[in-house]
Amino acid sequence: MLQQRHLLGLEGYPSEDIQTIIDTGFKFREVLDRPIKKVPSLQGVTIVNLFFENSTRTRISFELAQKRLSADTVNFSASSSSLKKGESFKDTAQNIEAMKIDAVVMRHPTPGAPKHLTEFIDAVIINAGDGTHEHPTQAILDMMSLHEKFGKLKGLKVGIIGDISHSRVALSNIHGLLIMGADVTLCGPPNLIPPFIKDLGVKINYNVDEVIEWADALNILRIQRERMGLGLVPSVREYRAMFGITQERLDTHQKEIVIMHPGPMNRGVEIDGTVADGDQAIILDQVLNGVASRMAILFLLCGGKSSEEDES
Amino acid sequence: MKIEKMAKNLILKNGTIMDPFHGKTISGDIWLKDGKIAGVGKVDAPKDSLTIDCSGKVITHGFCDIHVHFREPGREDKETLITGSHSAMAGGFTRVCVMPNTNPPLDTPESINFIREKAEECPIYIHPIGAVTKSQNGNDLTEMGLMHNEGAVAFSDDGLPIQNGAMMRIALEYATMIDVPVINHAEDECLRAEGLMHEGIISTQLGLPGNPDLAESAMVYRDLELAQFTGARLHIPHVSSMKAVHHIREMKIKNEKITAEVTPHHLFFNDEALTSYNTNLKVAPPVRTESDRKALIDALKDGTIDCIATDHAPHTIEDKETTFDLASFGMIGLESCFGAVNKVLVHDEGLELGNVLKLLSSNPRAIMGFEQDLFSEGTDAEITILDPDVEWSFEKVHVQSRSINSPYYGEILKGKVEYTISRGQITTQLS
Repeated sequence: MLQQRHLLGLEGYPSEDIQTIIDTGFKFREVLDRPIKKVPSLQGVTIVNLFFENSTRTRISFELAQKRLSADTVNFSASSSSLKKGESFKDTAQNIEAMKIDAVVMRHPTPGAPKHLTEFIDAVIINAGDGTHEHPTQAILDMMSLHEKFGKLKGLKVGIIGDISHSRVALSNIHGLLIMGADVTLCGPPNLIPPFIKDLGVKINYNVDEVIEWADALNILRIQRERMGLGLVPSVREYRAMFGITQERLDTHQKEIVIMHPGPMNRGVEIDGTVADGDQAIILDQVLNGVASRMAILFLLCGGKSSEEDES
Repeated sequence: MKIEKMAKNLILKNGTIMDPFHGKTISGDIWLKDGKIAGVGKVDAPKDSLTIDCSGKVITHGFCDIHVHFREPGREDKETLITGSHSAMAGGFTRVCVMPNTNPPLDTPESINFIREKAEECPIYIHPIGAVTKSQNGNDLTEMGLMHNEGAVAFSDDGLPIQNGAMMRIALEYATMIDVPVINHAEDECLRAEGLMHEGIISTQLGLPGNPDLAESAMVYRDLELAQFTGARLHIPHVSSMKAVHHIREMKIKNEKITAEVTPHHLFFNDEALTSYNTNLKVAPPVRTESDRKALIDALKDGTIDCIATDHAPHTIEDKETTFDLASFGMIGLESCFGAVNKVLVHDEGLELGNVLKLLSSNPRAIMGFEQDLFSEGTDAEITILDPDVEWSFEKVHVQSRSINSPYYGEILKGKVEYTISRGQITTQLS
């Protein structure tokens, strides 16, 4: 139903397929509002959640999406795995596939790891984040949330604020939004924005107030505390003053703007608590759309039957 | 590939004889007697001589690669002097210089002697390059004089850049007394940081940490200044960036002792080839942009870069069949070298074949002070016979190295080595 067998990233992904996923996602949103939030679409399909890196929300979101679709799921995480015993990535992957599974949802710290996985095994691969490369399902849920709010993506002005260099969320959002015809401006400390990224067709503006004036929506990235004091960000105080989305800053602008954050948030650093909890924020809608859009992706890639067929 | 002892009298007939040292094409045949050149041109060989028909082929000097890693001692599972020799002969190389980053490194006269003795059993000529610093630690000068006496032809801590400018100065100053090249793997480790590929739009798209071109060019600039200051012979290995080419070109105007090499992979690939995360293309310094690639070709055309060297770096399957961050740096390069550079330089860029043969034979020999006049009578035969125009797809079957980490599989190469003659042995390609 989609042109590509795997979902490795949104670079070069067909716009009509992104639209199909979003549209299907809205259908599954309805399922989530039912009293019994479960459909039999992926009955008999076995999916492994292969997490080589810690994750709470992405893994739970995928697992819920799988359960809502009646798929059989197995969780594998690095902490409990044989990786600690020195088994190679290839062996781990091939061992799991030998147990006859249909799809793998993988989080891995290394860029390109899902691509490597496609070389080792035959199952459908869904990238749940590969290092600083891509996080396509996050970008799709972000776009679904924007679509829900604005009714369209084309022509939308989206500011992405924060550490772009180390963010797979940023890169997937950039690809997805540009493919769907939105305008993207990146804002953050210059040493956390890759110098070559403007070649992708985004604008860069280091002045967060100008970006707020310009944008319809802001996607605020988590600034990792590990980066502080590594010579990348001088201090929390400095970051907050230069790039923090504070209540005071938003009040000065007096404009309607949608606030997004992929989580987990550092309240009081990149975003104020009152902003995160305020009327303009759609952060919890993102979380719900995350389950719905992942249901859509799993359904479309794992050859699920439509609910109409099930009922007939 | 078949390797056998040469006939007592061998005639290479009907080929085009190209002498890269004198820069001329000779008509006639080559007669080899007891492994030595007995005549070139009109020859008067015995009637019962064995004849190889070389119609449509070019007969030229054996290639010389001044930058290979044969992993012996220490990692004989990746390559040995013997398997490396076979790999070299498959690529038309009859003489190589092996880098000292072995285990233990070649940092004493005794270890240089170990290579020299082992090399005696090999079908090609193998010269050791000695380490600049003990254990390649970047701090303590090796016994360069004694190592030179044992046969070290140059000094390098290849793989490990000499970060300390004062240490590099000391090494260059000291090496002036024996007048051999000092070779520094030019990468500033702080600027390179965790870089896994060239920093640019492709690394940004792939999410891989970038290694900026200035990590190389800044270090090259430092070394050029130090060479000028000390009067030493500096050889710059595997130049990869337009910026480094620029610095070398400027400095060569006033300092004729500077030499430089480029690898086939930096001429053949650009960073766009990494979009599949092919770990066989993970190499240091990295393959860079198309503009860098073009600048390297221009640098060969105008003599800024003197020669081609493969940086043949064998690794096990396990070292490469893993995620990009964990994979080892380096690729094998001997077997694919001629087909790759001949395709790029002669077929795509219009260089004369004779010039390319010079880049592979006379020029590298000149840098290391080896004999270049290989067609003179009485010389031990080092000869490569090649078909300059044949198109072929490079496959695993063409690899003679103990390792198979090549990025060329499935690539269409132009020009192929058919026979290699070295130290009384002759190899014949079977595939």
